[in-house]
Amino acid sequence: MTAGETAGAPASGYQDQVAQICDSYDNDPHRMLDILRDVQDRFRWIARETMQTVAEKTGLTQIAVEGVASFYAFLSLAPKGRITIRLCDDIVDQFAGLPEVTESFEKALGIGIGETTSDGGFSLEYTPCIGMCDQAPAAMINDVIVTNLTPEKTRALVAALKSGKRPEDLISPDFDDLTPHQRAVTMVENNIRHAGAVLLGPAAPDAGLKNALDLTPSRIIKELEDSGLRGCGGAGFPTGRKWRFAAETEAERRFVICNADEGEPGTFKDRVLLTERPHLLIEGMTIAARAVGAREGLLYLRGEYIYLRDLLEEVLADRRARGLLGDGIMGVDGFDFDIRLQLGAGAYICGEEGALISSCEGLPGEPKTRPPFPVTRGYLGFPTVVNNVETLCHAARILDRGSKWFFDMGTEGSHGTKLFSVSGDCLNPGIYELPYGLSLKELLEMAGGEDAAAVLVGGPSGAMIARDTFDRKLTFDDLATGGAITVFSKDRNVLEIVEYYMSFFVHESCGYCTPCRVGNVLLQKAVAKFREGLANPEDIAYLKDLSGTIIETSRCGLGMTSPNPILSTLENFPLVYSAMAKPSKDRIRDTFDIQSAIDGARKLAKRRSYVFDRDFSQ
Amino acid sequence: MSDFTFTIDEIEIPAKEGQTIMEAADAAGVYIPRLCDHEGLRHQGGCRVCTVKAAGRSVSACTQPAEPGLAVENETPHINKLRRDLVEMLFHEGNHLCPICEASGNCELQAMAYRLDMTEPTRFPYLEPCRPVDASHPDIALDTNRCISCGRCIRASQDVDQKGVFGYVGRGIHRHVAANGPDLAHTDAEITDFAISDEVCPVGCIIRKRVGFVTPIGEREFDKGLIGRKISEKRNA
Amino acid sequence: MPDSQDAPAADLPKARIATASLAGCFGCHMAILDIDERLIDLMALVEFDRSPLTDIKKFTKRCDIGIIEGGCCNEENVHVLQDFRENCDILIGLGQCAIMGGLPAMRNAIMHSDEPLRECLEEAYITGRYIRNKTHNIPNDPALPLLLDKVYACSEVVEMDYQIPGCAPTGDVIFETLSKLLTGKFRGFERETIKFD
Repeated sequence: MTAGETAGAPASGYQDQVAQICDSYDNDPHRMLDILRDVQDRFRWIARETMQTVAEKTGLTQIAVEGVASFYAFLSLAPKGRITIRLCDDIVDQFAGLPEVTESFEKALGIGIGETTSDGGFSLEYTPCIGMCDQAPAAMINDVIVTNLTPEKTRALVAALKSGKRPEDLISPDFDDLTPHQRAVTMVENNIRHAGAVLLGPAAPDAGLKNALDLTPSRIIKELEDSGLRGCGGAGFPTGRKWRFAAETEAERRFVICNADEGEPGTFKDRVLLTERPHLLIEGMTIAARAVGAREGLLYLRGEYIYLRDLLEEVLADRRARGLLGDGIMGVDGFDFDIRLQLGAGAYICGEEGALISSCEGLPGEPKTRPPFPVTRGYLGFPTVVNNVETLCHAARILDRGSKWFFDMGTEGSHGTKLFSVSGDCLNPGIYELPYGLSLKELLEMAGGEDAAAVLVGGPSGAMIARDTFDRKLTFDDLATGGAITVFSKDRNVLEIVEYYMSFFVHESCGYCTPCRVGNVLLQKAVAKFREGLANPEDIAYLKDLSGTIIETSRCGLGMTSPNPILSTLENFPLVYSAMAKPSKDRIRDTFDIQSAIDGARKLAKRRSYVFDRDFSQ
Repeated sequence: MSDFTFTIDEIEIPAKEGQTIMEAADAAGVYIPRLCDHEGLRHQGGCRVCTVKAAGRSVSACTQPAEPGLAVENETPHINKLRRDLVEMLFHEGNHLCPICEASGNCELQAMAYRLDMTEPTRFPYLEPCRPVDASHPDIALDTNRCISCGRCIRASQDVDQKGVFGYVGRGIHRHVAANGPDLAHTDAEITDFAISDEVCPVGCIIRKRVGFVTPIGEREFDKGLIGRKISEKRNA
Repeated sequence: MPDSQDAPAADLPKARIATASLAGCFGCHMAILDIDERLIDLMALVEFDRSPLTDIKKFTKRCDIGIIEGGCCNEENVHVLQDFRENCDILIGLGQCAIMGGLPAMRNAIMHSDEPLRECLEEAYITGRYIRNKTHNIPNDPALPLLLDKVYACSEVVEMDYQIPGCAPTGDVIFETLSKLLTGKFRGFERETIKFD
């Protein structure tokens, strides 16, 4: 690599390289995210000059390009090191030893978080949950994942990298000779603790797809409707109904998009499916395409899972070669469908289906105005079905075994099985595939987390549950969840957890609407006041009131759920707040600290205060 | 002719197929408070000040299609409280010093605060961001301390002026409106652009040089009455 | 003009009022004088304690109402405000500076360096383009109170009971608000009277 070696400005001749990148995507502005990812990879940052070239090639304004480049966390407007180390700063990682690991990285590299070494070799930064909570602390080193980090392991990693080894060499000396699947499982443990009947047990390859070909599209959808399958990403919308809406909308083109932007902190089930059941997923997408009449599909893979890219590309290529993708699938004339892999670039909001579509279109990942809904006007304005990885895998299995088989598992309203991502303070973190209807207590017993003091069900946008309600059931009607079960022992500080999650939402809000953009910052500050012991009893009502406004006025699901860490802990752990709140003494605000307020002036004036330095007159 | 009717606060509103709640309300002379929406520009639904309850659900009136028989709540104490919170958030997000602002009296943010009975913007902490002033252009200045990210200038420039002088950059609390270039002087912005005209920027962020403070206090737009009165007057007429 | 029924009744015991101007321009105190001849009605109900209007420098006894103009830009402002909080039952912020810092708070957003206070003072006394300060010194007489790191609204330093917006609030608004507060009839401001300038 020669271009971009010197920090500060792109090397001469950059225009040709940038133009080449744009050409490779037909100068299509809808491929902006791919273009900018490639520019970032090539130059290690996106300079104003390169944005200008991209703008000219794609026919956009420079500010439109900058709007995309400045939105995604993995794109950088300042030079980054040849090796960028992104430490996952999720609360689970923090409790698993992240502070020591961070210190070790900082020492070994001689830089702090957010900095780049002066030789342009290394950048060190924090990133939110990378989907490795079952093997925390974890980090991304360029496109490679390292897990179960310790200070010793960290020192060895940095030493190897400094000696000129590639990040890939850290995984295995024979990295290049490994298959993509071997590479993935060498980097990241699957930690499948319990395989259920639907997803992780044995399954006949493409049996569902074969059956689907014997059915009319409408019959396929009927099977799904009868199965009771609901979306597994968290919202729980009936999948069959979604497909039917898309199928019934008149349109020239239709799309199927798989949402593999698994970003909810504490969730990592899709990671395991993508690693171990990629064919089942693509089979599910192909069935969806058959059902709704789509010829084009996208698999939106979160940027944090880039280590799975080769594996998925290999699966797609293999299926194309075997006539399972492409024109005339399984020899059926007119059944044409293919899939493009779209990588994200570090934005939790892209898990929201409208934002995901925006991102696929090369825009900042901002949710779209609803209505129209994606099933009627989605990707590029065409009807689009967006389903979670797990949902699509379920669909393939339902077509194989029949709707009744699936319907009979689970409980009323919550049919089939669910993947639970269990992490935190438990003996056996990992993936559990279990029928709906299990109690949280039963799941905790399986995972060796019975001693938990608090459990976050469904990630920060879900609810924090206390011991007295562990008998609640994991169903859509009781404890609805996308599958994240984060366990906290009695030694953990609930307010620290809540403050972390609020800072997560502040970081991940897209900023489109006022309540989410500003309100979450205000909530975070209010929680910080409690942690510092500076809150008044009225601040409890203030938290509830402000949360209510954010929930009622936000534009998308992020803002409608971001106050949940606060509201659910206020409800289930009220003493944590009341213990930290005290009335102001003599109605003077504790939050105002006169000593720190005059400290700067004291130093500038080189004298002390007549009023507030008590020892002055002595 | 209307295709159907629905109600806002129990007032019957005629509407046409495809109209949003706000479009129909405007035509019928029922004012729904708004900041990011502006007649003639694409709807954005970002400020959320036009939040109403439609069949019990919170929606932004500027983007939500009207439906036959829909019961919309607009000026209830609860909804106005939500709106006041939102306006207050905008006051706290930027640096809004009304006493020194040339938009004072003509400012929609300020007028909205008046309309929503916001007398004490002190419930939240002030975020006091450090934001630049761009006076590079010979005829136009930008004081982004006062920007409320409504994006009206962005849409006006793109859709009306066919230019794209402004755009959003950044994410979350750092998302902001920026010029298409290192500064405004290096864009094709002109004083004659619709985006620069006094009706587009609702606050005092886009400043036309040499014309500030021309209207004496007492005669400015919102000295004369509450924001939204022109729409309400249609109904009373 | 206020309705005559809002005018204070004369049979109540006189309320004791104190006032102070912190980081303000005294404009709000001038506005108090804009009550004009109605001051005579008001005086039937109140007596002034510590105030620039009476030139009484210290509280002579506990007051019912304290009226604060201006925010806090220096240690003396904080001291006075805390003193008012201690000695007044009800504290009223008068005008935008008291409510949100006002003009002096412009410096809060001019924090480009690690030492914003130094930056501000140097700009104001040494490097500013329109400065004619031949001494090239930043004033530092021991009698000058130390500046705070930023300008604080009164409600950030102590709890405030009421705040009257405006820059400055009109005599009418001040009169009406005080009259209603004194007779227990205050129910918030009329929409048309709210002004931030």
